[in-house]
Amino acid sequence: MKEQLSSIKQSAEKALSGAIDLNEIENLRVKFLGKKGDLTSVMKGMGKLSNEERPIIGKLANEVRTFIECALDEKKDALLKKAKAAKLELETVDVGLPGKIPSTGKRHPMTTVIDDLNEIFIGMGFTIAEGPEVELDYYNFEALNLPPDHPARDTQDTFYINENTVLRTQTSPVQIRVMENQKPPVRIISPGRVYRSDAVDATHSPVFHQMEGLVVDEGITMADLKGTLEVFIKKLYGEDTKVRFRPHHFPFTEPSAEVDISCFNCGGEGCRICKGEGWIEILGCGMVHPKVLENCGIDPDKYSGFAFGIGLERVAMFRYGIDDLRLFYENDLGFLKQF
Amino acid sequence: MNLPLSWLKDYMNTGGISNKEYADMLTMSGSIVEGIENPADEFKNVVVGKITKIEKHPDADKLVICQVDVGEDKDIQIVTGAPNVFEGAVVPVAKHKSLLPGGVKITKGKLRGVVSMGMMCSTDELGISKERATGILILPDDTPIGEDITKVLGLDESVAEFEITSNRPDCMSIIGLARESAATFSREFKIPEIKKTGNSEDANDYASVEITDPELCPRYIGRVVKNVKIGPSPKWMQHRLTACGLRAINNIVDITNYIMLEYGQPMHAYDLDNVEGKKIIVRDAYENEKLETLDDQPHELNPGMITIADEKRAIGVAGVMGGANSEVTDSTTNILFESANFHPALVRRGAKALGMRTDASALFEKGLDPNNCMDAINRACELIEEMGAGEVVGGCIDVYLKKKENTILDFEPEKINKFLGTDMSDDEMIGYLTRLEFKVESGKIIVPTFRGDVEAMADVAEEVARLYGYNNLPTTLMNSRVMAGGKTFKQKIESKIKTLLTSYGLYETMTYSFIDPKEFEQTRVTMGEAVKILNPLGEENSVMRKSMLSSILKTMRVNSNRRASEAKAFEIGTVYLPEKPVKDGYLPEEKQIVAIGMYGSDVDFFSIKGIVQGLLQGLGIKNFSFEVEKENQSYHPGRCAAVRLGSDLLGYIGQVHPEVLENVKVPQTVYSAELDLNTILAHATFDREYKELPKFPASSRDIAVVTDKALSVREIERIIDDNRTDFLESYKLFDVYEGEQVGDGKKSVAYSITFRAADRTLTDAEINKVMDKILAGLKDIGAELR
Repeated sequence: MKEQLSSIKQSAEKALSGAIDLNEIENLRVKFLGKKGDLTSVMKGMGKLSNEERPIIGKLANEVRTFIECALDEKKDALLKKAKAAKLELETVDVGLPGKIPSTGKRHPMTTVIDDLNEIFIGMGFTIAEGPEVELDYYNFEALNLPPDHPARDTQDTFYINENTVLRTQTSPVQIRVMENQKPPVRIISPGRVYRSDAVDATHSPVFHQMEGLVVDEGITMADLKGTLEVFIKKLYGEDTKVRFRPHHFPFTEPSAEVDISCFNCGGEGCRICKGEGWIEILGCGMVHPKVLENCGIDPDKYSGFAFGIGLERVAMFRYGIDDLRLFYENDLGFLKQF
Repeated sequence: MNLPLSWLKDYMNTGGISNKEYADMLTMSGSIVEGIENPADEFKNVVVGKITKIEKHPDADKLVICQVDVGEDKDIQIVTGAPNVFEGAVVPVAKHKSLLPGGVKITKGKLRGVVSMGMMCSTDELGISKERATGILILPDDTPIGEDITKVLGLDESVAEFEITSNRPDCMSIIGLARESAATFSREFKIPEIKKTGNSEDANDYASVEITDPELCPRYIGRVVKNVKIGPSPKWMQHRLTACGLRAINNIVDITNYIMLEYGQPMHAYDLDNVEGKKIIVRDAYENEKLETLDDQPHELNPGMITIADEKRAIGVAGVMGGANSEVTDSTTNILFESANFHPALVRRGAKALGMRTDASALFEKGLDPNNCMDAINRACELIEEMGAGEVVGGCIDVYLKKKENTILDFEPEKINKFLGTDMSDDEMIGYLTRLEFKVESGKIIVPTFRGDVEAMADVAEEVARLYGYNNLPTTLMNSRVMAGGKTFKQKIESKIKTLLTSYGLYETMTYSFIDPKEFEQTRVTMGEAVKILNPLGEENSVMRKSMLSSILKTMRVNSNRRASEAKAFEIGTVYLPEKPVKDGYLPEEKQIVAIGMYGSDVDFFSIKGIVQGLLQGLGIKNFSFEVEKENQSYHPGRCAAVRLGSDLLGYIGQVHPEVLENVKVPQTVYSAELDLNTILAHATFDREYKELPKFPASSRDIAVVTDKALSVREIERIIDDNRTDFLESYKLFDVYEGEQVGDGKKSVAYSITFRAADRTLTDAEINKVMDKILAGLKDIGAELR
């Protein structure tokens, strides 16, 4: 019987090694281990064995059964794995084929720029103020220390609705409206549309965007103006950006300055973008003129403040390398899809 | 303002300062140098020539063939069409392979078959005049032939071009810029002393001056020159004028222009013999007063314009231009120099009204210093004597009715330091101020009268800061109260709208706020009281829009024209409704509208409706409804809905009326929505309430009912809503069918109705009870189970 058992073991081993699918495995299980299977048949002869032999053969038979069972399971697992692998292999796709991009639209590049600037200033404790685009002459000019006949009015080609009403030429009137209604501390920005009667070309548009900023409180200094704008500029253009303040004149600030940054293209060496200067002018600013504070009922002896204004199209043009302002207002989707 | 750097040397030592350093330093102290250029760099091969012979062109009536001596072995031949050439004329000649300003290259060529070896040049071609000249520039006979033209015209020198801001008229002069330059480099600034001029006579015996109102003219100085010899001014003067962009005319006119450049004080010279009664009267203009100005243009003066008159008539517009009737001509023998000060705003208004912005008016309107008038006129007389241009009469007529006094301010160094954030010593500040000719004495600052812009502490702080150097100021962060920044609810909702609409595939657009009035008619929007621009760029941009429809259709048209197969866009734009009273005046009502426009193969009424539904849901709005809208003229009457939030009208959606699309030339079928942002704001919310996730299964029942085709599915849904119980979770329309199987005029509508209770599994009996009620209700409105 010993021989029989070992031959069963051998033939099972052999049969299994040649098995190629799960059905065959099942058949082999029946053939070797089933009720009428080889091992069972051998076991049926156990009764004839002597008392000494029975436990030995019994043990051996169990060993053979365990061996076959394990071998069957092992082979079954291996075949299953192989079958799964084969299935996956069949499912192979060409990863080079195009992906299915969800069709979404995009924000206008100007909105993206405004959002970015808003975020920087909100982080510094600013809130966003709004005001009308069709504005009274008083708010657009007079309250900003630009009385009628002021020569600086010439530099802002103004669209008039009537004698007292204009399309705002700057976002600065929002300053006045805020200060009339809110006593210091004031810390606002005001992005929005402004209008100048400039004929349309690649660098001029009768409609464009500006962002005004205003801070008023006790003890605000020109050094604070510099510090705040430096933080803003470095957040917008990178920590390595150099900033330079140049004296200038605006009727609503005193002292006034224009701010240049080192050219982000050449880093100050001089190139086409900065016209060889190494510097690019990006905004105007200054300490709020005492007359402007007075016009809003704020005591200039107690409070001081600073204001700044930045043209937003320029920021967007520099950021995206756009060389024609008209594209922003044309709304060709081919353009809008790029941002 | 142009400053020839050689002229600067008259007032300060510029030794050791390079052009670049000069430009940088002046820019950083507040006088912006736009560039330093040598005009000669733009020239090559342009020389002085003399026309030796002129012949007719065989094939062209208007052309002549000139032989020109340019100082070489042989004359060169040049063909020209200029009308003013003559044999013996000395002219500028751009030879073969020469270069003229503006990058113009001249090479030999043939004109109507005749070889021309270059070109004779006019003033505009030489870049010394902006106006188009009618002929060749004729040079004096004694000009050396063959000489480089830039030497002859004094163009070979470095000229700094300044951008002067409107608050600093004192810097619109060579002396003013020299003062700034000296202060910037901390060098000595010195104006050469003006020699005393004039004979023993008194100008007051030759003429008189009357000012009717000191407001119009605070000061008027006149000086008289007898026996003038009109002729060209000396070369050095002509060269300086040219370098500053002015053209030399004759010695007297050139002197007045020279003084304007040097002192920033405009001057005028009258032919004294043509001043009636030898009396200058400065007065307001009469109604419709006639005057022909120097440029031979007739004008009509009116009250509000300051007039220079004699006893009989107007002879000039003060601060703007003199009259032709008293002009200095070749036959003039006696002149009256005027150096005066006029009311800035009146000069400005007068110049504007007459359409004549002159160099003089540009200076006067910024406010000049009357204390500068005397030096200016005395310097003019000094030049007359130096040049031997006439006999200066002694004395002057000086009517100074409104004296300009120095502004006196408190010297408050600690306030200035606090304002700037600096820690400068008193002496340092005094040093800066003294360089700029401010005097600081016993706690007071005496502001020079030419600095009308300095009125208060902040102005003084600027003077100190710019010489200290803006870039030397410390940079600090505000030591102010902490403030919570952020967006308002409106700004957050706007941002959310953009997020939602872009996620639905729409692109954000931006259009001009003004439109062509024709667009109202085209889009069938009544124009009514639209806000009009008085001075528009053109008719097409002359009215503020009242509706966003034409704007969004413009976007559609642009993309349609560029053959885009689909376009989906939105804009949150402002519309401008008729004026309403506000504090201190009237302003239009500005409303923001969310406008959507789209066309494309997958676009129909339900895609725009779906977008609006999705948008409103995304904004936390639940109570919206769509109602049949047939009245809106801009939309297809059968494919338009009014959108309501509760009882508020939010706006309209639908297919744009085919006629409108035809009018605006968009061939595609466009669907559009116009929604009022304020109404959205009144209903939108970021509040969301969590509902427990269901623990029990749902059951759903599908029904299909046949109704009249005309019956709106809203009616069916109303029946379902009416019979709603707390366990009817939702319903959804999933099919609409019209066709043979249901018969003419009928449609089949299928709904799936879902039931679920929060606390138990529902039984069929419970559900059937509700379904029976619904079906009975449907039967009542003629909807039979199919």
